[in-house]
Amino acid sequence: MDVNTDLAMWSNQLIISAMIVYAFAMIFYAFDLFGSRELKASQTAVGSTARPSSVRRTNRKTASTAVLDRPGDDDSAAPAPSTRKNRRRGARIGTSLLVLAVLLHAAAVLTRALSVARVPWGNMMEYVLTATTITVIVYLVVLIKKDVRYLGTFVSGGVLLCLGLAITVFYTPAAKLIPALDSYWIAIHVPIAILSTALLYISAILAVFQILKSVHETKDPKWLRFMHRLPASTDLERTSYTIAAVGFITWTFTLIAGAIWAEVAWSRYWGWDSKEIWTFVVWVIYAAYLHARATRGWGPTKVAVLNLIGIASVIFNFTVVNVYFNGLHSYSGLD
Amino acid sequence: MEGKTEGAEKKPAKSGAKATVTQPQLGFLGMCRWAWTQLTTMRVALILLLVLALAAIPGSLLPQRIQDPGRVNKFLENNGAWGRFLDAIQMFDVYSSVWFSAIYLLLMVSLVGCIIPRTKQHWKAMRSAPPKAPRRLRRMPGYASFASAQGEAESREIADQAFLDSAEARLKKSGYRINRQADHVAAERGYLRETGNLVFHIALLMATLTMAIGSLFGYEGQRILVEGETFTNSLVSYDSFEPGSYYDADNLPAFRLKLDSFTSTFDDQAAGNQFGQPRSFDANVTTTVDGKNEKHTLKVNEPVRVNGVGVYLTGNGYAPEVTVRDAQGNIVQSGPQVFIPDGGDPGYTSEGVIKVPDSAGTQMGFVGVFLPTATQNQDGELVSSFAELRNPYLVMSGYTGDLGLDSGVPQSVYSLDAENMTEMSDESGNPLIIQLAEGETQKLPGGGSVTFDGVKKYIAVDISQDPTQALMLISAILVLAGLGLSLFIPRRRVWVRIKDGDAEVAALARGEDPMVERAVADLVRGLRDPEPDDDGEESDAER
Ligand code: HEM
Repeated sequence: MDVNTDLAMWSNQLIISAMIVYAFAMIFYAFDLFGSRELKASQTAVGSTARPSSVRRTNRKTASTAVLDRPGDDDSAAPAPSTRKNRRRGARIGTSLLVLAVLLHAAAVLTRALSVARVPWGNMMEYVLTATTITVIVYLVVLIKKDVRYLGTFVSGGVLLCLGLAITVFYTPAAKLIPALDSYWIAIHVPIAILSTALLYISAILAVFQILKSVHETKDPKWLRFMHRLPASTDLERTSYTIAAVGFITWTFTLIAGAIWAEVAWSRYWGWDSKEIWTFVVWVIYAAYLHARATRGWGPTKVAVLNLIGIASVIFNFTVVNVYFNGLHSYSGLD
Repeated sequence: MEGKTEGAEKKPAKSGAKATVTQPQLGFLGMCRWAWTQLTTMRVALILLLVLALAAIPGSLLPQRIQDPGRVNKFLENNGAWGRFLDAIQMFDVYSSVWFSAIYLLLMVSLVGCIIPRTKQHWKAMRSAPPKAPRRLRRMPGYASFASAQGEAESREIADQAFLDSAEARLKKSGYRINRQADHVAAERGYLRETGNLVFHIALLMATLTMAIGSLFGYEGQRILVEGETFTNSLVSYDSFEPGSYYDADNLPAFRLKLDSFTSTFDDQAAGNQFGQPRSFDANVTTTVDGKNEKHTLKVNEPVRVNGVGVYLTGNGYAPEVTVRDAQGNIVQSGPQVFIPDGGDPGYTSEGVIKVPDSAGTQMGFVGVFLPTATQNQDGELVSSFAELRNPYLVMSGYTGDLGLDSGVPQSVYSLDAENMTEMSDESGNPLIIQLAEGETQKLPGGGSVTFDGVKKYIAVDISQDPTQALMLISAILVLAGLGLSLFIPRRRVWVRIKDGDAEVAALARGEDPMVERAVADLVRGLRDPEPDDDGEESDAER
């Protein structure tokens, strides 16, 4: 049924290439995050791993992404006291590599979509493929507004892990949609679900940093030294909250659109199918999170823990519910 | 908003303390009041939300009667006392259970108790002027002070008032409501934030109520339709029918629906686990309302809506046409017989029975499987390797005796109770196996024969009516709209004060608002506009 297998193969190749670049991005970001207690040391570390010629190349790339970095630098000037010009080369290279990787990654999504002439989220592999792209894009968009490059390690690392799963555990050959998914609602419900997942994931990493940072601020243990240049935990909390709030709205939309689609497909808008249950559970947890933030007696760390429970339920909804629970939503594409 | 929250938190704490001290005199009414104040605090709402999330989970781990009563029964059979215990605490009916209902009802009560006072308060706030400036503005989250340029004019007083005029105009233009005082302007914006929040919470209440009401006034039924059959919307035509408590089943909207033909295609190109997956299910149907015929294509995601009733394609399968003759050659049974596909098998291996009550003497029954594309697997067994009709094959065993149709016990048409029947056997005494390709006939041991004439397709449809759907949609849209306003409209107060040319600008966010400082900076820049050197001020404002 006219599936272009060449394009599908190209897509797989592009995924692998993107993964390689993500791996490098992660390493550079990790150098930036963990290895820069002594500024000079980090510079030599980067310098020694890269050959002279490649240094020149990355410099050029840095220049092209300077637009991305600049506003962030302004911003970080406030919380982090000393942002010297040459600092954070690891982060810059990381961001450049991430941009390169996401281009390859987006190309992989595009070729996959073209190979089957439909939206690229018909099964779990494709869902992961698209969700990870959107996660990186959300990260880069946030980066324009705020210097959140300390997240880079976990964005590239998380995406790398997910892509690895996508091409192994979740791997599904390119094919057309099954009738149950063949509806314009898939183009409304699923991309917003994907966007929500991406937003909530980034919010959750911020919540982890927030918790660590507040430990750093109060007890300052040695193993958290690397956190000294991160924004204050209140700042991290606010960013995490803002992103989660957007994520909550998009999740609410996902839930409503899903209910409308369910009416069209199954004659009722809500039937407590296992996927519906978990979408509801996720929604209620994040509603609780937003409430907790406004409730006296719930400190920021406790609230952040709710955020983490939220992301855990999102991940559970996607993995365990899709694969092991039987219900009407059996679209994993796995057997 | 945060301030209000705090207020709500303080009250119960106080009355809680009182309750412990003066417990004996509290009385029933006092207890109720105490419970009410507790219930309407944010803390309790939060706990209830978390408990609701937790309580919803078991329904995804255990089979539920609303979805699949068959799986519940199987679970009960396999789990003995443990199963009975779970059943006793309504673990198979989680969403209609007492405990689940209690949680969301408490939440709803809490919600009402939260909405009413907040609505009153908000109503008042909207109709009263923004509060005057506090004495000390310096401690506000956004603050700037500077010397007004107009200070050099002949009269300080006139210059100050002109400055306040310009501040008032500016704030008005950015959507602030103004309270002009002698020495300052008090302004507030973002009332829509609280409005949105209230709309959101009220819409949630609406949605929950709608859901409850919808199940009372609607109905849902199922029906299987073989190609060529016509469904007439009346009670007797349903295979199953579940009306809501207040549904008047005598007044089903009148219409007819005929299945003209059904086409399904399956993937014979794709690799791996995608091979054999369904790609299209199209049912061509004709609806008749008031004598008017209309043709539709009914698909999985495209229900046909007639007279306020929705018809949804939920399943499909094959109905082999089988003719049974008795020893005299008389036709005792003929026509399509619905076989149910095994849900897990992409090859659509289907099971079914044929009951022949009218044969002379004893009754006959056949049980078997239908294979759309019969193939031998490695072990030499017959299996169906593909869901389309490429090599249709019928494999059955036969029984004679009493079908039990007159016993008064209702029977499924899809299963055979062989308790009072004996299995047919071939000449050598082994159980008879009837194997038929399309068009073939096989003789039966006691005379008579079975013929596999051909295959028709059938569809399973859900037919349902829910008069509250539109209301639900409206609630959902309000939920979303209210949420958007409540999370993204910044609500803040701004004060501009001037005394003898010394100007102060301050802002206070109410709820989340990362832009307070920016708002002050912008306003200061605007107010100092007449001055030529713009650069130095920004840093001034930032502080
Ligand atoms: C069905 C149960 C409820 C759900 C799902 C729910 C959900 C939400 C959500 C998602 C928000 C975030 C919007 C925002 O921050 O403006 C919110 C805010 C709020 N809710 Fe609820 N709510 C529920 C019940 C209640 C109850 C019972 C109360 C009162 C005790 C309440 C009081 C509030 C308040 C005061 C806010 C504003 C918090 C803030 O300043 O950010 N809610 N609610």
